[in-house]
Amino acid sequence: MNFEALLDGELWEAIVLTCRLAITTTAVLLLIGMPLAYWLNASRWRGTVLVEALVSLPIVLPPTVIGFYLLMLMAPQSGFGRYWLDIFGYTLTFSFTGLVIGSVLYSLPFAVQPFQVALGSVPVELIESGTALGAGRWALFWKVMLPVARPGILIGCMLSFAHTLGEFGVVLMLGGSLPGKTRVASIALFDKVQQLDYPAAHAYALVLLCIAFGLLVSIALLRAHSQKQGA
Amino acid sequence: MLKQFLWPLFLCLSVSGQAGAETLTLAAASDMTYCLPEVVKIFQAGHPGSEIRTVFGASGALFAQIKNGAPYDVFLSADMRYPTELIQAGAAERATLANYARGHLVLWSIDPAIQLEPGMAGLRSAAVKHIAIANPDTAPYGRAARGALEQAGLWEELKSKLVFGENIAQTLQYAESGNADVAFLSRSLVLSPRMAGKGHFQALPEGSYPPIEQGLVVTGVGARQPLASQFAAFMRSPQAREILRKFGFSTPEREHP
Repeated sequence: MNFEALLDGELWEAIVLTCRLAITTTAVLLLIGMPLAYWLNASRWRGTVLVEALVSLPIVLPPTVIGFYLLMLMAPQSGFGRYWLDIFGYTLTFSFTGLVIGSVLYSLPFAVQPFQVALGSVPVELIESGTALGAGRWALFWKVMLPVARPGILIGCMLSFAHTLGEFGVVLMLGGSLPGKTRVASIALFDKVQQLDYPAAHAYALVLLCIAFGLLVSIALLRAHSQKQGA
Repeated sequence: MLKQFLWPLFLCLSVSGQAGAETLTLAAASDMTYCLPEVVKIFQAGHPGSEIRTVFGASGALFAQIKNGAPYDVFLSADMRYPTELIQAGAAERATLANYARGHLVLWSIDPAIQLEPGMAGLRSAAVKHIAIANPDTAPYGRAARGALEQAGLWEELKSKLVFGENIAQTLQYAESGNADVAFLSRSLVLSPRMAGKGHFQALPEGSYPPIEQGLVVTGVGARQPLASQFAAFMRSPQAREILRKFGFSTPEREHP
């Protein structure tokens, strides 16, 4: 291991980009994942099972499948791709926005499932007494459910963040390996190995390993903490 | 360190690969994706019972794998540099090194509205938003594309439009799906039956990019297999050369013994 490789500008450009992608993805997942989890928990509709399966698909689906479909969808030849290009003036492939869309799909279950558990863990009596005291749906959500569900929601966010760090297949299909734009750390690592630049590859791998490990330890501590509180 | 670590894994793979007596694994540059199966078909006709598997990728990527002991018997690179470096590293047989073909670089687009006739200067047009090239660090066609743009004095100007395919086949896929407006491709991919009637292309004049001399070599693993050197020799036979030319390659003037 060559420690000078850790000071490389290219390395940190890729790490910063990866973190930016993970943060943006997590924010989007929080925005769309919470209502989705709420709806999945509350829904009595029979088709919910299908929606749940769809949300869970990325856990088992090879990321290249998502990448391939998105590449086809985002191409200017497709209706959606044409539409996007006409409105925004750029194609989603090879762009940061495109990667965010890919990452949101890829990490969806890692946000929605913990959110569902968190929202489901709110005791029914608590909600009922809230309703009895005259709280509206929004007040009930913000004042009653959210405080109780907060640790689980945080875990969902951290898991989506961590999972997005590990993204490779989707970005490989869509990204085009543009430095500072779509060359995330996992792709840069792959490029370095292909170039036989093992010192640089080691540096990427080490930084990713440390971030991922740190995140998982934090999640475990958070889980233990919230369980103690719940007990 | 990596080498020691991967060695047992590759050993398992190569042992299982050599279970059938006449099994050959070819590692070939992606520009051979459609051409090589035709060559293999004819070779197999002359060697009944032989099983031949092909692996495609960027020449540099395959080079790295072979250097780490990947069980490929013959390496068909899209340049001479990687096979030569393999020999220097002691991972391939010097006597088997041969220049089997010369590749050609073309501009290709699926969009009929994109003008390719002006050559590389046309890439400055605002209609061209993304130009796909193969990764110049690992793919010889990417290196040639970069060389072409540098020679034309367009590299700096067009850099922001470039997107990089992992190898020349992925570069094609970026352009074929319309995600990139133009791509620097190998003529062998563009002339393959699979691409017939799709898009349009413009050859780049000889001398406007560094020549793409393609070399093959039998690897250290393949040296134990007579079939490997037979295949390497077959690549320079009149039948193989005819197929190579059909796919837009040039073949060396004199037939090697």
